[in-house]
Amino acid sequence: MNTLTFKNGVHPPYNKELTENKPVTKLLPKEKAVFLMQQHTGAICQPIVKKGDRVLVGQVIADAVASMSAPIHSSISGEVVDIREIPYAEGAHIPAIIIKNDHQYEEYNPIHNLLDYKELSREHIIDIIHKAGIVGMGGAAFPTYIKLNPSNYKKIDSIILNGCECEPYITCDYKLMLNEPIKIVKGLNIILHLFPNAKGYIGIEDNKKEAISAIEKAINDIGASDKIEIKILETKYPQGSEKQLIYAILGREVPIGKLPADIGCIVQNVATSYAIYEAVAYRTPLISRIVTVTGDAIANPQDFWVKLGTPFQDLIDAAGGFIKKPVKIISGGPMMGITMPNTNIPITKATTAILCLTEDAAPIFEEENCIRCGRCVRVCPMNLLPLYLDKFGRRNDIERFEKINGTSCIECGCCAYVCPSYIRIVNSIRKAKRNITANNNIKG
Amino acid sequence: MNSNTYLESSSPHIHQGISTKSIMRDVIIALLPALVASIIVFKIRALIIVVLSVVSCVLGELLWQKTFKQKVTIDDLSAVVTGILLAFSLPPSVPYYIPVIGGIFAIIIVKQIFGGIGKNFLNPALASRAFLMATWPAVMTKWTLDGISTATPLELLNNASPNLPSLWEVFIGYTGGSIGETSALALIIGGIYLLYRNVITWEIPVSYIGSVFLLSFLFCNTGTPFIFALYEIFAGGLLLGAIYMATDYTTSPVTKKGKFIMGIGCGVLTFLFRTIGQTAEGVCYSILIMNLFVPMIERHTIPRTFGEVK
Ligand code: SF4
Ligand code: SF4
Repeated sequence: MNTLTFKNGVHPPYNKELTENKPVTKLLPKEKAVFLMQQHTGAICQPIVKKGDRVLVGQVIADAVASMSAPIHSSISGEVVDIREIPYAEGAHIPAIIIKNDHQYEEYNPIHNLLDYKELSREHIIDIIHKAGIVGMGGAAFPTYIKLNPSNYKKIDSIILNGCECEPYITCDYKLMLNEPIKIVKGLNIILHLFPNAKGYIGIEDNKKEAISAIEKAINDIGASDKIEIKILETKYPQGSEKQLIYAILGREVPIGKLPADIGCIVQNVATSYAIYEAVAYRTPLISRIVTVTGDAIANPQDFWVKLGTPFQDLIDAAGGFIKKPVKIISGGPMMGITMPNTNIPITKATTAILCLTEDAAPIFEEENCIRCGRCVRVCPMNLLPLYLDKFGRRNDIERFEKINGTSCIECGCCAYVCPSYIRIVNSIRKAKRNITANNNIKG
Repeated sequence: MNSNTYLESSSPHIHQGISTKSIMRDVIIALLPALVASIIVFKIRALIIVVLSVVSCVLGELLWQKTFKQKVTIDDLSAVVTGILLAFSLPPSVPYYIPVIGGIFAIIIVKQIFGGIGKNFLNPALASRAFLMATWPAVMTKWTLDGISTATPLELLNNASPNLPSLWEVFIGYTGGSIGETSALALIIGGIYLLYRNVITWEIPVSYIGSVFLLSFLFCNTGTPFIFALYEIFAGGLLLGAIYMATDYTTSPVTKKGKFIMGIGCGVLTFLFRTIGQTAEGVCYSILIMNLFVPMIERHTIPRTFGEVK
């Protein structure tokens, strides 16, 4: 079969063999679970419980009135012992609800009857997805109900499930595709139900042969092959980036400043599709997910099915702790993941992996002069000129930065990955983009 | 409570592992066949000139950086590459002070004054060669060594000389010319290595060599056009220039379209120098002239951003 792909990109070592062939272990939090009040793109949540309250599994503990938000549910039962700010990445402090685990796992709504979504209206299904707190689980954490509710929903012709998992090391989506292919495909069926004129696609990279057969079988088993098609993609980074994936499968480019919905398509992660199925069919909110714990510092790398709110340290312990000294604890993959200051950080809805790398795997280099080798230009999937974005970004020359479309950068990291002068291109681009957003906010 | 704190830094957290040094090492490897060919043709003298040039470049960089308390970057090997390329573009008969002065000029005046690697706007080896030509024209155009002519085949071709070597000789390399340009074969082997290692891309060499070939073929004035055009590309330092000098990172465009413009521009200029100017020096000046246009070419060849609607 011919594999589909996008232009440029890189082939980093995938290192998935560390976890690929191991089973997924179910893991419960030790003494507490911690819920960050910001787990999605959009408005921060406000706690609706207070210190001393007893909460149950699946109970809403925080919500926001803003239009772009997703409620947060407790994943354990126990007592709210504290509500305070905890240190997070990049020097930020984020408010969190800390719940002491009573190990009872008493459920807030213990009835889990299978419900038929076909009876439900579009608005009702979207409301269920909203109330279940579902956000994009591939890392972006955009509230799913908003993405599923574009004004032109009748014009949407393609729903793409993203099963690429192009980041090295991470295998959580792969494991989900192996373990729950039926529910993933059924989740897509529910989404298709919301878009009367759409066809479904599931995009998977060709290095995940077993996932491809599992999903293929699931499509046939539930008799959905007339409206859902599997698309095999070249194993190349960043194949799973939304814009690159749409281009690879449909040959369409999302115009600058537009959304995928504007060109008739919507992309959802496979894990999000699974969560949608759980929410709509069983009214189960998003309170657990698969997380890959890996890296050369980890004794026994593997995937865990964990409750949200479980501290990183619990997972690291369950994976045998460190065999070597890590220099970085990364939430996510090595190309786009965010470094965390400590291991008390909890799992959120969008945590795909805890990647613990030693200095060998994540070496720190001193920056050198740009030698104008053009490598960054050749790998950039957005066809930008990263060397100039870096230059303008550093000088804070926002005008020229914007003129060469710096704001289109998807921060995939390909440019810095290949730069022989170790220039931290993504860092300067990110700063420039932040300045632009800040300026725009001031301007109103 | 675990209070360990870990390093925080911007993504990506892994690196491909290719450094400036490893790139320059590849360029040196690619130049070795041509070096061997030049030693076979011009004997130990060629090696001495290369060594003098390289040592002058490296010491020049070291002294400059020590004097101005800058970070010493000689271990990136770029000065070694400049030294080899400068020596390669010299006639084998030059006195030994020429590569020494040339090396120092290339590194100090052309490269370091402008801020070092990545900041110069002229190719150091070529600019230095042009300087040597202007200052010591006699020694730089003396094409005899131990009484034997080492004239470049192009001159012989232009003068319709009976001593014109066969095309095969020009290709393999038992002929005259500058130190590094004797063997077209050796230069091509090195070029293939550089392409294979992704050190250079094909656009500049192919469009440069291609346009010289095409123009020579179309406007041939002696003999069979095809043979004439082959002489034109195998001789006169064209391969050395097209593969190793016009592709110099700092002084060539980073955009794909820009690379074509660079290559074709060099090709057209080289052809004009050779036909109208009747000079075998075309390659050197053509590349230097195009170097000056690189910022402009780049500004006008910004690629279309993904999703950009023009
Ligand atoms: S890869 Fe690095 S050295 Fe090469 S052009 Fe880009 S920024 Fe400059
Ligand atoms: S400039 Fe942005 S989009 Fe392009 S390679 Fe770098 S990080 Fe990726």
